[in-house]
Amino acid sequence: MTDTDHRTIVSCSVNGRRRDDVVPDNMLLVDYLREHIGLTGTKIGCDGGECGCCTVLVDGRPRHACLTLAAVCNGTDIETIEALDRSGRLNALQRGFNEKLGAQCGFCTPGMIMAAEGLLRDNPDPTEDDIRQGLAANICRCTGYVKIIEAVQFAAAELKNEKTGAAA
Amino acid sequence: MEFMPDFKLHRPATAAEAAKLRADTEDALFVAGGTDMLVNVRRGIEQPKALIDVTAIDDIKSIAEDEDGLHIGAGVTLRDLATNELVQRDYPAVAQAARAVAGPTHQDYGTVGGNLCLDTRCLFYNQSEWWRQSNDYCLKERGEICHVAPGGKRCFAAFSGDVAPAMLVYDAEIDILGANGELRRQPLTELYRNDGLNHLTLEPGDLVTAVHLPKSLAEQPSAYEKARIRGSIDFPLAGAAVRLVMDGGKVANIKIALTGVNPYPQVVKGADTAIGKPLDEDALDALRENVRKQAKPMRTTTVAPWYRRRVVGALARRLTAQLAG
Repeated sequence: MTDTDHRTIVSCSVNGRRRDDVVPDNMLLVDYLREHIGLTGTKIGCDGGECGCCTVLVDGRPRHACLTLAAVCNGTDIETIEALDRSGRLNALQRGFNEKLGAQCGFCTPGMIMAAEGLLRDNPDPTEDDIRQGLAANICRCTGYVKIIEAVQFAAAELKNEKTGAAA
Repeated sequence: MEFMPDFKLHRPATAAEAAKLRADTEDALFVAGGTDMLVNVRRGIEQPKALIDVTAIDDIKSIAEDEDGLHIGAGVTLRDLATNELVQRDYPAVAQAARAVAGPTHQDYGTVGGNLCLDTRCLFYNQSEWWRQSNDYCLKERGEICHVAPGGKRCFAAFSGDVAPAMLVYDAEIDILGANGELRRQPLTELYRNDGLNHLTLEPGDLVTAVHLPKSLAEQPSAYEKARIRGSIDFPLAGAAVRLVMDGGKVANIKIALTGVNPYPQVVKGADTAIGKPLDEDALDALRENVRKQAKPMRTTTVAPWYRRRVVGALARRLTAQLAG
């Protein structure tokens, strides 16, 4: 069987916007996001799923965009770091990384924040151990992780305050 | 753009369609989560003309229980396996092993079938194109020489899946769907052979669709642990799974399986000599020495083989002692 048409139509949602694109079958999700759509917030740090820099959310769960084929994302809901702010206001995790100095060189930060976003949606009140476990697939070579963990704790506390504030 | 070989992607909706496509398509590979397969594709280790993605097959994604035991679809993610209450309660080593695979993000989309069929690994194989080219490739891929054992014609790349040894201590069976549409069941041990070059006994078109863990061994205490370089995310340098039942201070039933120290996940022979005897220090030492003797790690990692042999014995001994309480 020979088939020379190595393209697939992908209908998905990227950061809340519906898209229909024809993508090459061998296109990685990270290249689709960066090169095709121009969302360069998602980074490529390694070639083997070891660093977590390319982490995005697919249907709300963290996933390596560099180990995912764009064509497989048909019908999914994709969120990248560009989706997190609300009308220019940073979200709780972004404020946490800013306040607690969770970013130094910043290269791991988009992946780190998306992995943390996936963690907080699943577990809004994580222990320090939960945070360490939840971010275990992401490498940072600058911070030593302490400030990153504080940033996620800050965000969890902010979110809790927002919730109780809204209820009161 | 990252380098990728040119291939056609198929996304069949049924297992039968997938098996047939694989058999009928020249130079095709199955891919599920892709956490390891797509790494090899990106590095040019695999250059398939077609990839058959099995993640759209819904009927291999469930975990079901009946009077025979637990039936786990090959498409179940490692996260779902690790967090399943029945797995945690009845087959704890399996849940522990699933949680030990790579990092949490990989567990989110890596699958049971993918981990069982994981390619063997070696310092000279799982590398970038320029790295492999600089070494004239190796016996496992394009080259003539095994850099681990240059005199021989055997590949010693190590099986490095975590889930297989944990399932082996529970005498797991697997379902394989052939290209002819026939479903056959066989012991998980028969999926593997002691050859790093070609460690799976599957024929082209064979798709592992499910794993069965027997009811008769449910709730028997077990544990899995592995040694690795990076504590947060890494393949095992050596790993051991132990299932142990004690009765009146004596061993009633024991099974040990290893990973990372041979080209296949290996059930330790002669562990049953401990049955009927108390687990004193001498018995634990004998068990450790038996494990060390059967582990044959080669220089397939940056960590020396002698260390991995010592570690795998120590892991098996420690887990056994912990399970004995």
